[in-house]
Amino acid sequence: MSGFPILSLMLLVPLAAALACLFLDARSARMLALVATLVNLALGVVLWLSFDIGGAQWQFTERVELFSGFSWALGIDGIALLLIELSVFLMPICIGASWNSIEKRVGEYMAAFLLVETLMIGVFAAQDIFLFYMFFEAGLIPMYLIIGIWGGADRIYASYKFFLYTLLGSVLMLVAMLWMVHTAGTTDVPTLMAYDFDPKVQTWLWLAFFASFAVKMPMWPVHTWLPAAHVQAPTAGSVILAGVLLKMGGYGFIRFSLPMFPEASAYFAPLIWGLSMAAVVITSLIALVQHDMKKLIAYSSVAHMAIVTIGLFAFNVQGLEGSMMVMLSHGLVSGALFLCVGIIYDRLHTREIDRYGGLAINMPRYGLFFLLFTMASIGLPGTSGFVGEFLSLGGIYQVSTWAALICTTGIILGAAYMLYLYRRVVFGEQKNADAAAMPDLDAREYLMVVPLALAVLWMGIYPESFIAPMRADIAALEARIARAAPAGDSKVVVGAATSKEQPAHEAAAHEGAH
Amino acid sequence: MDWSQSLRLIAPEETLSIAGLILLLIAAWGGDKASRLISILAVAALVAATAIVAPALCSGAMGPDTSAFFGQFRADAFASYAKILIYLSAAASLVIAPAFFERFNAMRAEYPVLVIFAALGMGIMVSAGDMITLYIGLEMNSLAAYVLAAFLRTDGRSAEAGLKYFVLGALASGILLFGISLIYGFTGTTSFPGIDAAISSGLSHGALFGIVFMLAGLAFKISAVPFHMWTPDVYEGAPTPVTTFFATAPKVAALGLLMRVMLDAFGSQAAAWQQIVLFVALASIVVGALGAIGQTNIKRLMAYSSINNVGFILVGLAVATPQGASAMLFYLAVYVAMSLGGFTAILMLKDADGNYVEDIPSLAGLSRTRPALALGLAMIMFSLAGIPPLFGFWGKFLVFQAAVEGDMIVLAALGFAASVIGAFYYLKVVKIIYFDESVDVVKGESDIWHKLILLGSCVFISPLGFLLTKWLGGLTDTATTALINAL
Repeated sequence: MSGFPILSLMLLVPLAAALACLFLDARSARMLALVATLVNLALGVVLWLSFDIGGAQWQFTERVELFSGFSWALGIDGIALLLIELSVFLMPICIGASWNSIEKRVGEYMAAFLLVETLMIGVFAAQDIFLFYMFFEAGLIPMYLIIGIWGGADRIYASYKFFLYTLLGSVLMLVAMLWMVHTAGTTDVPTLMAYDFDPKVQTWLWLAFFASFAVKMPMWPVHTWLPAAHVQAPTAGSVILAGVLLKMGGYGFIRFSLPMFPEASAYFAPLIWGLSMAAVVITSLIALVQHDMKKLIAYSSVAHMAIVTIGLFAFNVQGLEGSMMVMLSHGLVSGALFLCVGIIYDRLHTREIDRYGGLAINMPRYGLFFLLFTMASIGLPGTSGFVGEFLSLGGIYQVSTWAALICTTGIILGAAYMLYLYRRVVFGEQKNADAAAMPDLDAREYLMVVPLALAVLWMGIYPESFIAPMRADIAALEARIARAAPAGDSKVVVGAATSKEQPAHEAAAHEGAH
Repeated sequence: MDWSQSLRLIAPEETLSIAGLILLLIAAWGGDKASRLISILAVAALVAATAIVAPALCSGAMGPDTSAFFGQFRADAFASYAKILIYLSAAASLVIAPAFFERFNAMRAEYPVLVIFAALGMGIMVSAGDMITLYIGLEMNSLAAYVLAAFLRTDGRSAEAGLKYFVLGALASGILLFGISLIYGFTGTTSFPGIDAAISSGLSHGALFGIVFMLAGLAFKISAVPFHMWTPDVYEGAPTPVTTFFATAPKVAALGLLMRVMLDAFGSQAAAWQQIVLFVALASIVVGALGAIGQTNIKRLMAYSSINNVGFILVGLAVATPQGASAMLFYLAVYVAMSLGGFTAILMLKDADGNYVEDIPSLAGLSRTRPALALGLAMIMFSLAGIPPLFGFWGKFLVFQAAVEGDMIVLAALGFAASVIGAFYYLKVVKIIYFDESVDVVKGESDIWHKLILLGSCVFISPLGFLLTKWLGGLTDTATTALINAL
């Protein structure tokens, strides 16, 4: 808790490297980008280690009145901390994934990625509502360029769709923000989180924010930009898109929609449930019939994000913690799955599922890691996916048994499409000679998948390390929205409390986190 | 109020008039050979005039002390703010001109003189405290502008632009004058305070008609819908440095004038004209955005972009609050920087033979042949589209903040939604220069002045610009206070 502006530094390092990359040749740009992202990862580790669990809600706060109308205010709570950690963890892997596959305009590519990193950290760390908006919107520019320049065949259409969809959502949010700041008289996010807006107006404000976050999330039926963008984006673009950019929608719901408009959130909760239920079933079924591996994983992302929204709008601690865990787990797992697709795409330059088959024979180690991430995506106990999905669905069960029932089918459907994908790619006969001749993982690819695999197992086996930093913040959020929580239909009877074990548990968590 | 003080207050106008006349004599004797010297002297005169008006803005001059010639002319902080923008953009369009005209062997000595007289007229427009002053300033600017549009005499497009501008401009001036005469007839005075006093108790139908006609005439000058039809043709036909000039200084002058007339003379009857301005603003935003989509000439695209941007600026006027006026002034400064940068970038688009490239598809792959220029152009496009963290966003932000705080939330939501349509065609330019396969047309070397001006405006519209928000916001607030308290 020293006055050292570590968050500003974490924003500055990739930004400075991005500017430098514009002037460097391909080789040095790659090196510089890797070094910069590793430095940020190191700073992220320092940030986590010095984060005081159970301390003040907002830590590492910085505030400089640099501008008129808004200020340079940064600060994080446990929720933001975890999402920042996810971002800095995935970035070096993204740079590694594009090490050989990006050959044209490497300097600009690395610059765009470093810029994305800056903006993502900025989104999670901003404590001024307009500063948040700027980071939130600015991410469009580098992502537009990444998809449009380095994407595949249909990249132009995908980039337009991505940009205009998300922009339309966001401008409505900005109008709502202007009104909120006018009414509450402050741009400070923590103050706004505690401000009680008139419930009648909340409805409109909630809808404006929903327009933005639902597109970013993405929720059914405004998800159609995602498969288009994913399929065309380069591997690293997909990793960062699925890994972190999608989390901005969920983060928005947690940080803005729920605490600022509790009444409106409760009023619209059935809408969210309905959309989430539809999303889980519909997008899972769509995923089942895909021939393109990336499209399949993209649709599975939409289904997973629906589990996030359903947990968020369960209005209880279990649901909220579950949503956060699903977001973190999905960040790792879908990132890893896109990476796995990228690894074989680099060898064969096709994403057609039928072009592969029997990879277990010539790429056994690859098959092992792919299996782990497939299982994590399904939500097998012991992997990260299980913890979040179980908590989310447990949370929603207390409020709406029907929603829980229908969303749980997503797990079964998820198992269906993931196992079907795995069977067609890794098992079976080696139908294609070129696919059969592909070499197994090399050292660079090990360096990318092993950390992801370890993180997935860690989160699955000992989730307490990840839940501990956000426990107090989730509890505070739950207390804030409790007054509006809808009555449940499941009549859950709470058994004997396990509160006696709690301190011992937390102490263990403390050790585990370090 | 004695004459000596009046004469002291119009020092910038005196400087420019005398400089203009002397330069005219040099031009008469020196001929076109002296054009470079005349350009340099003209820029010096404009910079000197800027230095003379700056103190009034810094000290926040307002009230009776700034009123010259019995209230006909005002040298307050508001006028000073607008004049600084006008003079600086006039100077910039002089600096970028020689490289362009020399290509066509058309660098004539009259060009800097005409720009000086146009700037003088615009200075008088924003200082007007009386309808007569307003009209004199407007005509002085317009006459110089008609000639400038037709300046490239060998080019048919330029002559056409000049003629179109003249015919339609004369019509608009007539409409404006008709409006002024109606106002005079129904209020019995031409001075702004007098009009304000006459209508403060209520607006007669005749005076209302006068307001409508005045608005129509001024809407032509700022190229707001539905009086925007001339803009794409004139912007395309006029020589590019002249287009740069048209897109910057006259916009500031006409919008400044519009603010003076609407908020001073008719400020007490805002409800009567708010609806009209509201319609004009939204129509300009939408038409500017939709019209630009099909364009293949980048100058025409910028013309529609300026219509679109004027719509956003007018949102601030439609709110009719001091905050709205301040936001307009801020937006104007950002808009001038974006337009200057945009047109300078267009001037830098030359093929291997040094011919100017205006065709948008020919820009394909510019990011590979001229990466720095492509980056600059892309920044300007994103900034015009109002995407944060570029500075163009802050202009839109302030205008819509004023709209929200003035209880016009629907207007703000509609305006923002329409800005998404606008984003589409800005993105198209970025797409062509970054995503498309290179056609390798733009290769020519650029003038050092063009590079410097492009660099300057790009730094201004980059996120670094936000560091200026406090300072610039303070200036626009001062200027607005001066405007509101002028009566």
